[in-house]
Amino acid sequence: MSRTLPKTLLSAVGFVAGIALILLSASPDYFVTALRLVVAVAGVALMIVSGSALGKRLFGDDFDFSFWFSVTWLVLLGLAVALAAWLPLGEHIDVANSLDQPINASPDPFSANPLGTNLFGLDLLARSVYGARSSLVIAVTAVVIGTVIGGAIGMVAGYFQKSVDRVVGIFTNSLLAVPPLILLIALATVLEPKIRNIAFALSLLTIPGMVRLARATTMLYAPREFVVAARALGATRARILFRELLPNVLLPILSLAIVMISILIVAEASLSFLGLGIEPPEPTWGNMIAEGEGSVFEDYPHIVLVPGAFLFLTVFAFNLVGEKARRRWDPRSVKL
Amino acid sequence: MTAPLLEVDDLRTRFLTPRGPMQAVDGVSLTLAAGETIGIVGESGSGKSVLGRTIMGLITNGPTTSVTGSVRLDGVDIHGLTAKGRRALWGTRIAMVFQDPMTSLNPTKLVGTHLTESLRFHRGLSRGAAATRAVELLKQVGIPEPERRAGQYPHELSGGMRQRVVIAMALACDPQLLIADEPTTALDVTVQKQILDLLQSLAERLRMATILISHDLGTVSGRTDRVAVMYAGRMVETGETGRIFAQPRHPYSGALIESIPRLDAATHSLLPAIVGQPPNMLNPPAGCRFAPRCAFAQDKCRTESPELVDDVACHFPLTHALEVPA
Repeated sequence: MSRTLPKTLLSAVGFVAGIALILLSASPDYFVTALRLVVAVAGVALMIVSGSALGKRLFGDDFDFSFWFSVTWLVLLGLAVALAAWLPLGEHIDVANSLDQPINASPDPFSANPLGTNLFGLDLLARSVYGARSSLVIAVTAVVIGTVIGGAIGMVAGYFQKSVDRVVGIFTNSLLAVPPLILLIALATVLEPKIRNIAFALSLLTIPGMVRLARATTMLYAPREFVVAARALGATRARILFRELLPNVLLPILSLAIVMISILIVAEASLSFLGLGIEPPEPTWGNMIAEGEGSVFEDYPHIVLVPGAFLFLTVFAFNLVGEKARRRWDPRSVKL
Repeated sequence: MTAPLLEVDDLRTRFLTPRGPMQAVDGVSLTLAAGETIGIVGESGSGKSVLGRTIMGLITNGPTTSVTGSVRLDGVDIHGLTAKGRRALWGTRIAMVFQDPMTSLNPTKLVGTHLTESLRFHRGLSRGAAATRAVELLKQVGIPEPERRAGQYPHELSGGMRQRVVIAMALACDPQLLIADEPTTALDVTVQKQILDLLQSLAERLRMATILISHDLGTVSGRTDRVAVMYAGRMVETGETGRIFAQPRHPYSGALIESIPRLDAATHSLLPAIVGQPPNMLNPPAGCRFAPRCAFAQDKCRTESPELVDDVACHFPLTHALEVPA
């Protein structure tokens, strides 16, 4: 104990120091640009190394720092999105309220606009949080729609097979044959760019993958004896589908759904970047990045880097969590 | 004698496969009284599992299967019922124990849920009553600490324990007929005996008729009242268990019994085996199906199919008892 305590303390100090270095590097007052970069990298490295050491010391050797970092990020982001209206954030949408704010201000963690402002003096932190709102709502809604519809179709196809399966096969293959971006652009030209419509359009992208996974997993479990056993005890088809097969199909499908969320966040950002998604001043990460078009990025890189960092961290976190879930519940690794 | 519980009459099951029709069960008749136990033995592919599932009604007329003949349970023809009518029988009147306890339990359901579901579904028990009954059932099949086991998942139980759970599932709604399809094939030898003893004592206690399907003559001898020997979809011999083991009359039954390894055989002696292999069921041989492998086959055997007369389907039944009775 006497030997391990100083080490724990050391890693804790290192972890906090790393975060402090990142904050310092983000404020313009202390260092020149090149040095800020070095300090930032050093801060990130210090945070990861000591955070990992701290976690291992506190929670055992299989502590996965990047996983818990991702979970923390997603939880914080989720909380911020849910509580955005009550947080002391700057103005995110109404230009009339930001007239007294500096424009294109650089990030300064210790000022009123911690992540800086854009051309209209709107607060980038606030815009990123509200942007997360549309990004997450769209991506999660689309994935939920895709998972429910795709999963149901896939299970029915995998369980009944024969002609049902053939029809579903043609349907999924046709959806897969259309290039996703072209499909989205085509839909965006007909549909009004509202959250609901974009979620609907994006859900079309998730359906074929879900159908295929649900179908394959159902086919894996349907011939197992427990299904025959349930039948031999008088279970109806609906009961077999819901009570016997669904719990087995659900786990692999949910892990794919998590990975899908990250794909759809990027897809939504691409649409907004192209001007086909949610329109400014309503912020999304995509149209915030699009504000950096032309020479703005050269003069004020933070306009692009701030929403870019949010996008990067969120997609990274969803991917990591989804990967971990997939590895945990991969149907191929199910041992019986 | 009262009317038998189960009457199977000239049952034929045929599968239409892409390579042609396959007659998996070919004219099997048997009867079973309440509380009686019959063993069905035969090599792999002899049609015994298909027979079990056809009696159960799990295999019935469909686009690629045809079932003729009749299976009467208490006088009701199972194959004449609607799907709904059969479902009402399953679990409550007939139940089945499956071969592999590793796959016959749902990995995502608790052990207790496996039992309570059919109790609530068929018997309409409340949640609490079903849970109490589930624990009783687990105790009945000899599972120690039934309360704790009911709250565990199947993967937390050993193979023998899982098979006990499968048996408890089958017994949940007091069926009159239990079809055990190779219930011990996937288990260790020591556990096999425990499971067979359990099935036997439960059948006696609950006065349940049992069909014990096995490829292993050892599991059947001493635990069944009668035995039916199947070969290539046909029943070649049937009779009282002791008689068949002491004096088999069909050459196939005789060869099967002689090929059981014996402790009293001379050291390093060769185990008698049946030469050749079971026929291709898509293209079975004419005449007696065992003729190509039979040591006593004559010309008549290769052309004329023998009927089941006097409990044996053979033109030239064996007449002497085995030298060393099993």
